Amino acid sequence: MIGLDHYLVLAAALFCIGFVGAVVKRNAIAVLMGVELMLNAVNLNLVAFDRFGVHVVPLGQSFAVFIIAVAAAEVAVALAIILTLYRRRSNTRVDDLDMLKW
Amino acid sequence: MVESAIGLVLAPLASFILISFVTRRAAILSAVISIAAAGISFALSLSLLVGVLSAPAGAGLAAGAHASIQWLSIPSIGRFRGLEIAMGVLVDPLSATMSVIVSLVAFLVTIYSLGYMKGDPGFSRYFSYLSLFAFSMLGLVIADNYFQTFVFWELVGLCSYLLIGFWYAKPSASDAARKAFVTNRWADFAFMVGVILLFIFFGTFDFGQLSSAIAGARGSAMLALVAALVFVGPLGKSAQFPFHVWLPDAMEGPTPVSALIHAATMVAAGVYLIARGFALFQSVPGVMETMAYLGGFTALFAASIALVQKDIKRILAYSTLSQLGYMFMALGVGSMSAGMFHLTTHAFFKALLFLGAGSVIHATEEQDIFKMGGLGKKMKITAWTFVIGALALSGIFPLAGFWSKDEILFASLSSGHIGLYVLGIAVAFMTAFYMFRLIFTAFGGTAFGGTASGGEPTEHAHVHESGPAMTIPLIVLAVLSVFAGLIGSPWFQSAFGFSFGSFIFFGRPEASHLDMTTASISTVVALSGIFLAWLVYGKKLLKAERIAAALGPLYRLLDHKFYIDEIYAWVFAKIMLGLGIVFDWIDHYIVDGLFDGLGGATRALGRKLRLTQSGRLQGYALVIFAAVAIAVVFISTDLLGGFLK
Amino acid sequence: MIGFHPLPAILLSPFVGAVLLLFVPEGRRNLIRAIALAAATVSLVLAVAAMIFYDRAAGGMQFVEHYSWIPSLGVHLDLGVDGLSLPLVLLTAIIIFAGVFVTWRLESRSKEFFIYALALVGGVFGVFMSMDLLVLFMFIEIAVIPKYVLISVWGSTRKEYAAMKYTMYLLSGSAVALVAIVAIFAYAHDPAHGLGIWTFDLAALSTIHFDPAFQKFAFFLMLLGFGVLIPIFPLHRWTPDGHSAAPTAISMLLAGVIMKLGGYALIRVGIGLFPEGAHFWAPLIAVLAAVNAVYIAFVAMVQKDLKFVVANSSISHMGFVLIGIASLNATSMDGAVAQMFAHGIMAALFFAIVGLVYDKAHTRVIADLGGLAHQMPRVSAAFLIAGLASLGLPGMFNFVAEFTVFTGAIQVFPVLAVVAIFSVVVTAIYVLWVFQRVFFGPRNPKWDHLKDARGVEMVPIVVLAAVLIGFGLYPRAIMDTITGGILPLAQHVASLGIGGPF
Repeated sequence: MIGLDHYLVLAAALFCIGFVGAVVKRNAIAVLMGVELMLNAVNLNLVAFDRFGVHVVPLGQSFAVFIIAVAAAEVAVALAIILTLYRRRSNTRVDDLDMLKW
Repeated sequence: MVESAIGLVLAPLASFILISFVTRRAAILSAVISIAAAGISFALSLSLLVGVLSAPAGAGLAAGAHASIQWLSIPSIGRFRGLEIAMGVLVDPLSATMSVIVSLVAFLVTIYSLGYMKGDPGFSRYFSYLSLFAFSMLGLVIADNYFQTFVFWELVGLCSYLLIGFWYAKPSASDAARKAFVTNRWADFAFMVGVILLFIFFGTFDFGQLSSAIAGARGSAMLALVAALVFVGPLGKSAQFPFHVWLPDAMEGPTPVSALIHAATMVAAGVYLIARGFALFQSVPGVMETMAYLGGFTALFAASIALVQKDIKRILAYSTLSQLGYMFMALGVGSMSAGMFHLTTHAFFKALLFLGAGSVIHATEEQDIFKMGGLGKKMKITAWTFVIGALALSGIFPLAGFWSKDEILFASLSSGHIGLYVLGIAVAFMTAFYMFRLIFTAFGGTAFGGTASGGEPTEHAHVHESGPAMTIPLIVLAVLSVFAGLIGSPWFQSAFGFSFGSFIFFGRPEASHLDMTTASISTVVALSGIFLAWLVYGKKLLKAERIAAALGPLYRLLDHKFYIDEIYAWVFAKIMLGLGIVFDWIDHYIVDGLFDGLGGATRALGRKLRLTQSGRLQGYALVIFAAVAIAVVFISTDLLGGFLK
Repeated sequence: MIGFHPLPAILLSPFVGAVLLLFVPEGRRNLIRAIALAAATVSLVLAVAAMIFYDRAAGGMQFVEHYSWIPSLGVHLDLGVDGLSLPLVLLTAIIIFAGVFVTWRLESRSKEFFIYALALVGGVFGVFMSMDLLVLFMFIEIAVIPKYVLISVWGSTRKEYAAMKYTMYLLSGSAVALVAIVAIFAYAHDPAHGLGIWTFDLAALSTIHFDPAFQKFAFFLMLLGFGVLIPIFPLHRWTPDGHSAAPTAISMLLAGVIMKLGGYALIRVGIGLFPEGAHFWAPLIAVLAAVNAVYIAFVAMVQKDLKFVVANSSISHMGFVLIGIASLNATSMDGAVAQMFAHGIMAALFFAIVGLVYDKAHTRVIADLGGLAHQMPRVSAAFLIAGLASLGLPGMFNFVAEFTVFTGAIQVFPVLAVVAIFSVVVTAIYVLWVFQRVFFGPRNPKWDHLKDARGVEMVPIVVLAAVLIGFGLYPRAIMDTITGGILPLAQHVASLGIGGPF
């Protein structure tokens, strides 16, 4: 019987994969993909808790929908930034993106 | 009487202000103003003296007038003293006599300067300084309290500084001026501490109130401390050992200044202060003994240096030191009358000698006595008055110095200081010898100078007697040098019923007397000194060079003034400046190093810490995640079973 | 005095002048000078009037003005002067007045110069007038900050380093003092031992009897914080560099008034609120004061640059202020305030003359100068007056101040006081030595083109010298006012049964 624990373990694994990807990948697209994975891990958690919880209102599901929408918008913005960077520097390596330091 | 006293102080001040701000460019007018001011002061001081004399005989310090105004007032709170300072006028026989001496010599010297300083570019400046000095010195004389004395004490020091350094283009003059001021400053440091302590212990600066307060505190340690500290002030001002070094150098100033300030008046201020504060010193026997022996030592020490000097003014300067030593000795053995009497007579004959020397220098533009010679024939008035001065200084009967010197010798004998008595006689011999060494060399002999100094003989064909502005003061002073001593003689006593000793005294009047033993010993000794000088320098029967060679090391020691100046110069250059350099180094490298180091450490730390700001987003993300994770764990410890607590 | 409200006008006049100057075009130099001079003159005239109309018999805070500022925090813009602050207000007014004349011929950016200088002076006035602790502190900051710009723009000799050093030292001091101020604020609000209200009012705060431990703590912070301003050894090193690098008028203000802010604040706030704390730290202050006086005098003796000599001599003289404060009795504190006034005027005169020599000869190295008395007799006379004041010659107000300090101090710290008095000997040595090397000696043809001081150059010299000599001859004109201001404080200290360790 698949219970809440299974979902949580899956979500945690997904989050960790996404986090590692976001932190260690050199390519900005891959980092973005890692961030998306983390967001989806959260979504999974929300939906799982909603399913197994005692709430009358499907609060978790509605949050998940919000997050998906926000993630879509975020991807659009992030891809735009990455595209601009690519045009300027002809690569998308995050190592080179250390302009925040003075 | 108080009005006259204030007037005699303010007249020279007005002259100083007028000359400084108005008549600076009108040289002759400046001189006239200055002379007039000195004349007014002299007239007023005479009126004071007459006023005091008309008081009942034997009234002593009680005769006279006293007035003061409050100058500064801070109330005492709890056990801490406030500060009550008055500025006042005290007229009594002591201050009246002193003000006559000061204003008379100042008046004569101002007139003399008219001739001596003629054509000097700083003519007006010179007279303004002279007036400032007269103001300060008279203010010192009529002061009624220690604070006011200290104020004017410093001001006369300033005038001395300005006048020694009058020819400031000469490095030697400006060096001498600074030396005089700084040497006095050392002494005044102790003096000032003494005056402050005096106030703290007794609550007043006033001479009158203090003398009764001190009487009640005899024998206490703090009284001894105060007396010792205050005593250092006169040591500096009167150039007693070990503060004597500034006075010979002070001869760099114009000669009339040497006569007025560094012979007759300012250097005697130390003696005057001791007389003024006699109640204080007299109550501490240790200080009195020190005073007597230090005075005696200085008298001998300075006279011995004077034996070998070649510069006419320096001989006189060492002679002044020696005579001031006599005065200290007199005061120290307890005879205020004898000390003040010698101060009076010395003021006249030493001023005379300096002015005479000035006349010689003015004529020959030379100060080395061995480059002079035969001046007696060319400058008759100068020569004769100079000889009178020298005889008076040597203590030849019946000139002024005879009476006062014998008074001192008698006082030391009668107080049981046999050693000082013998020493005084020895000094009398040396005095006669060095004065007549000077006279036989400079005024006697041929027109060509001797070659004892090894210098080239110089002809003084152009030498002629000085003008009346210079010779008249000489004559007046010569007359005073002859007769001034008589006021302390038994004849004066029998004729007028009083004499110096019953006019100025401490405790009880001192009758004038003529101690035949002392008188005959001192006369014989003085005459033999003159005779020896004649043998060596007049007849040249004994060769001075041979004596010098025979005495070898002693002669060199005297010639270098016992190396005291060298020692002080070494102390200044090595210790004072050395400390300055060390402290400056500490400031630059240790104190600055500490704070610059603090700044440097902050910067170094910043340099390391900035490495954490790599600019890599992923690194930041990792840190953020770790921080969130840690926060979550902490927040949820309760849920997790509280194992972290 | 009913109807006479000088304080707001004295305080605002420099600020108004500074604001007006903002609207004047750079080229109109005469207008710029006129505005600056007018601002300084208004302050000076009113300060003199306040000094005259101050009721000495009544004493206490007078000409009081109340303006509310941040009522919720108990911050009020309360102005008032007493015998302690009024002489210092007068001092500030005299020095800025002289300073305007010293800067009369400034060519580069005179407009900005005057704006900053006037803002600075306004800040100083504010410190001396403020009856509110926070406002007082704020004005100290206003007085300190413009100096950074003034030194780094118009300065000389390592000016950036000096400006930065000055700012770092003073701001660090302020930070420490601020800690104490906040602690006092919190303590006063605590109903258990304080007042239970939020207030910075000094009069109200002084009614609290602070816990002795707190007093020791807070006074020490004040000592550190305000000690930097005075400056107290070993926090003094900003002074020589700062003074020497600053332009003449600013050196005058720096030595004349900025250094006095520390002494004033230490007396007003430190002793006023924490007499027992002051008593606890007094031996330390006295030791450091003696070090200041003598050690720095020796340092001054070996300096090669004229301005460094004067700058170091300033530190040395502030040692007398410190020992006066440390002795905690009426006489000594009276003397300390008098010394602040006297030294302010004397230092300003000194710097004005050194600036004059530097402007003309373009060097301040003592060894390069010499024989200047031939070409510049007036300047040399003025230097001598300043020098004599510095070495404490009677007839100058400095002597009165020093004598008073010593009389007070020797009763509490006999040995240290004598050590401090010894510095008058060292001062005499270096002042006369410098004077001799700069002004005496044979005529040097190299300087024949130099002209003696005249016209506007004489104004500061005459004004400052007249003040020194005038108060020196008749000190009661100012000493009575100071005594009136110090007495309540001294009585308060004495009522606690303290005042030095002996």
